[in-house]
Amino acid sequence: MTLGLGPEEWTAILLSLRVALVATLAALPVAIWIAYVLARKRFFGRQLLNGLVHLPLVLPPVVTGYLLLVVFGQQGAVGGFLAQFGISFAFRWTGAALAAAIMAFPLMVRAIRLGFEAVDPGLEDAAATLGASRWRILWTVTLPLVLPGILAGGILGFAKALGEFGATITFVAAIPGQTQTIPTAIYGLLQVPGGEPAVLRLVIVSVILAMGALLISEWLARRMAKRIGRA
Amino acid sequence: MISVAIKKQLGGFALDASFEAPAGVTAIFGASGSGKTTVVNAVAGLLTPAAGRISVGDVVLFDHEKRRDLPPQQRRIGYVFQDARLFPHMSVLRNLRFGGTYDEARIIEVLGLGDLLERMPAGLSGGEQQRVALGRALMCNPQLLLMDEPLAALDGARKAEILPYFERLRDDVKIPILYVSHDMSEVARLATTLVVMDAGKVVIQGPLGQVLSQPQAVPLLGVRAAGAVIETKVAGRLLDDGLTELLFSGGRLMMPGILGVLGQSVRIRIPAQDVILATEKPKGMSALNVLPVTITQISQGRGPGVAVGLQAGKDHLLARVTRRSAQRMELAVGQNIFAIIKATAVGPEDIGR
Repeated sequence: MTLGLGPEEWTAILLSLRVALVATLAALPVAIWIAYVLARKRFFGRQLLNGLVHLPLVLPPVVTGYLLLVVFGQQGAVGGFLAQFGISFAFRWTGAALAAAIMAFPLMVRAIRLGFEAVDPGLEDAAATLGASRWRILWTVTLPLVLPGILAGGILGFAKALGEFGATITFVAAIPGQTQTIPTAIYGLLQVPGGEPAVLRLVIVSVILAMGALLISEWLARRMAKRIGRA
Repeated sequence: MISVAIKKQLGGFALDASFEAPAGVTAIFGASGSGKTTVVNAVAGLLTPAAGRISVGDVVLFDHEKRRDLPPQQRRIGYVFQDARLFPHMSVLRNLRFGGTYDEARIIEVLGLGDLLERMPAGLSGGEQQRVALGRALMCNPQLLLMDEPLAALDGARKAEILPYFERLRDDVKIPILYVSHDMSEVARLATTLVVMDAGKVVIQGPLGQVLSQPQAVPLLGVRAAGAVIETKVAGRLLDDGLTELLFSGGRLMMPGILGVLGQSVRIRIPAQDVILATEKPKGMSALNVLPVTITQISQGRGPGVAVGLQAGKDHLLARVTRRSAQRMELAVGQNIFAIIKATAVGPEDIGR
């Protein structure tokens, strides 16, 4: 069952999967909401919100990681407040998940927003004339039609979270068993002599995980398209 | 009774429309961009007018002064859009039931939807999609039905297939219908009341037959669309010739094709440009229909044409001739002349129940 992988490598892989999964699932509802607001609402400060959402995409990851440290660290404004309730991000796997979620967020919002923009508002109008409340329209008409976009955003976010390096290593370092994910493990192994075989194994695992995620999303997208009747 | 009086500025386009629609089918006719869809969207509640009032019977849907604006959900209006707007991820049956299940069995039967229920919208033809959209609108038990160019996206054959359903709907369902169209054939077949719009304003309104036989309406409707609509009864059939004989107060008309059974009412539209006038009863001519008529009105247009209002029995016809012919024939109000209508001038699309 080890597939030639050492226990430390397995730890890094499982931690990576956990971090990426938690980051994606936690960020997804927020991303759907922000994408909806950006696609459908016209309000003052919309461009500012749009810029804010995209910031992690254009900032050097190390800057994002530093900002996370400042805000969510033990002495940080939010971090100090949350510490009173026993919630801590610094140098823990939850911090890695937070960094991954923030970095993946813009990609998720972009994909889901495209999904919202592809839904004909005329269908929502039609649903309204048929007596459906705004919530019912959202749940039975809009969201089902945005589902392919949500899925694409989720997979993209998951892949990004899996590969996040700069913000993670700055915010939570690379503590084996705590915060050492696949990318930080690879980086660490590259620093020691004789680490190349382990690096190669982790690289192969990375490729398999990324390809797997893409194939699953393609398959799901095709199934959904068939259900909507577009295929 | 539907009463609409609204104003709205949309970019460079100013809508200022008011009209009243009694029971039956009220057609809103006009060129594209004349504001027809804007009016029905305001009635449906999808667009908020800047001023005015909209009511259906006793129910006030919108009143700017009293700050009343019912959301679309509470207006109980069935809306059939030009592009059907079926929910692509739901089967036909789920689409139909989305707004309610009022009179489900009968609506499915009348619209011939029984075989489509399990299908998905993407697999339906344009005509089938419109029938489903109509059924969906009816099943929420609306107090008013809006139809925005429901046939515009369909080809001639599909139109011919779906029009009888609309006629049946008009005769069976007792709810008022606002029917938007830029096709006079459709309007002439279906409507009882006509509202003509141009550049955001209502330019004429009234009972269909009355509006269409007014010479003044010709420039507003356009030369192609102008022409009277008369109600006739099938009086007989000339089997060997394949003609149907139709009787109306002004005489008898022979039209090609089998137009109905004996005694059945048939509504036909006679385009004004296909009526030829003669001061004497013509002889040796191929046209089958020659009617004695009296000139009631002569209306000079801006162009070379003259619209001539004619009385045939109790019915009114409309002819369009050139100004030169009118002068040469010395046409005058009160004059008794003959109207010649070629049997093939009335196309099958102009004949309704």
